[in-house]
Amino acid sequence: MDVRGKRLTLDEFMNTELSVKHYPEMEYNWATGVAITKFLKGLKNGKILGTYCNDCDRTVCPPRMFCEECFNPMNHYVKLPDTGVINTFSLAFIRTDATRREKAEIPAVIDIDGTSISPSGFLHLIDEDVSHDKIKIGMKVKAVWKDEKDRIGDITDIKFFELLEDD
Amino acid sequence: MSSKKVGMVSVGLTRFNRRSKETPKELAYYSSKMALDEAGITRKDLDGVIIGSAPDAFDGVHQKHEYLTDGSGGFNKPTMRGYVGGGTGVFSPIQGWYSVASGVHDVVMVTTEEKMSSIQPSAQAGFLTIFDNLIERPLGPNLVWIFALEMKRYMETYGIPKEHIASVSVKNKGNAIDHPSAMLGKNFTLDEVLNSEILCDPVRLLDISPVADGAVSFVMMTEEKIKEFGISKDDVAWVDGVGWNVDTTMWTNRDLSYPKYVEKAAKQAYNMAGQKDHSPEVLRKWLSFAEPYDPFNYKELHHLEGLQLFAKGEAPKAAFDGVTARDGDFPVTPSGGLLGVGNPIAAAAGMKSAELYLQLTGKAGKRQLSGDVTRGLAQAWGDLMQVGTVLILKGGRVD
Repeated sequence: MDVRGKRLTLDEFMNTELSVKHYPEMEYNWATGVAITKFLKGLKNGKILGTYCNDCDRTVCPPRMFCEECFNPMNHYVKLPDTGVINTFSLAFIRTDATRREKAEIPAVIDIDGTSISPSGFLHLIDEDVSHDKIKIGMKVKAVWKDEKDRIGDITDIKFFELLEDD
Repeated sequence: MSSKKVGMVSVGLTRFNRRSKETPKELAYYSSKMALDEAGITRKDLDGVIIGSAPDAFDGVHQKHEYLTDGSGGFNKPTMRGYVGGGTGVFSPIQGWYSVASGVHDVVMVTTEEKMSSIQPSAQAGFLTIFDNLIERPLGPNLVWIFALEMKRYMETYGIPKEHIASVSVKNKGNAIDHPSAMLGKNFTLDEVLNSEILCDPVRLLDISPVADGAVSFVMMTEEKIKEFGISKDDVAWVDGVGWNVDTTMWTNRDLSYPKYVEKAAKQAYNMAGQKDHSPEVLRKWLSFAEPYDPFNYKELHHLEGLQLFAKGEAPKAAFDGVTARDGDFPVTPSGGLLGVGNPIAAAAGMKSAELYLQLTGKAGKRQLSGDVTRGLAQAWGDLMQVGTVLILKGGRVD
């Protein structure tokens, strides 16, 4: 099979091959919506909110305006504990732009306590100073909040989650 | 449901490169022209064109189906683009199928294309836009994070050793040596995969497929047109079953150890093909081989389980034991997959769909599976880890 496609060499890429550059600058201002606005306001006040669906009898986090299952409105907001369980985690040695980090940051899915499906929670970070040998799936964690004056109603109002278990 | 029988009669592929000199439209032209030539028809014979391409952010060209239209043979013809992220390369031939099965068109071109090298300094910047814009992007995520998180959960749930997962990289990158489009066909050792650079534990460099530029096309048509053009049944692969399914973008509210949406898509396709028994042993006999989506090595295994081809947690050991080797009991990804041939998103799964055609018509060259190859399955996956697309083709002389 004769397949076509001209492979660019590194030298051509750096020195000789013509290309046109473009630096888009686009700025967005996203509405945070009905449910996530409440969630972010909750974070500003040091609280994690979820929503309860009457029809499905379940509490979920992050909160939503409607239940994706029964498709009815979900307008009963509940305050959940700021603790949870590590559903999964990674030791990330690459930054968002794929450049390398010396010290890993630890993204994790936190299954928030008080929800009724598993997992039900959100993406966040674990304290990057914990020993890598110590951290395990299933460990209990607790939110470490920014000082009240520094909270702005953003997911980063929680600095990270710390391990609750010492063993 | 009454629908017309639809046959795939040719495929066209470009070479997959880290950076191709051609524009996306020129790449689409290569694969589309090759598919027309292989089918022995011309652009005039096409009634419609389907274009598959993933996020516009990679090209920096908005509405890129419009841009790709004339490169895909769609000039002044009914053209449409379907887009389900990485799932696109299997979804596009599904769209080709329903365009023809419905009676809307008799002959269609399906072209999947991706050029990922345009975005600087790497495709990561484009991937970032798939994360939730309100509560995830402020954390500074990287696409590899979510794969690492899912892989970790999968390994933990079933107690899977990394060696078993790494064996998929060895197999697929090795298989790709025999694929003419491949950019990373090579015999790696298990230790080389296990000891490659750590990115996001448990994900290492050789667990991941290389980003690429490339295009893949198909010509699909009705049985009547196949007769009219005098195309031999030996050069046809019939669409036997299709399925697709989408989960929520709230991926942190999902069991990450098992892709339920892939199961649902697969069962839709099996049922359409008349295969009602979904037990792994029966399905592995019914199918000659499978091409599940393998952007990361564990994904091939995760998907084999979602496809019901192995029981939950059992695909890794089977792969490690050689069951899924090209000469194994149930060959999986004989093409070399995304891990070996390369991952130009929509075209990558397009390449997997093309492998069904090439194997079923005996045109897979050095990759050709031995024995009777009667039926194959391709599956792709994408969006924010939430979509499953499934295509089953059978040989031209199979009833």
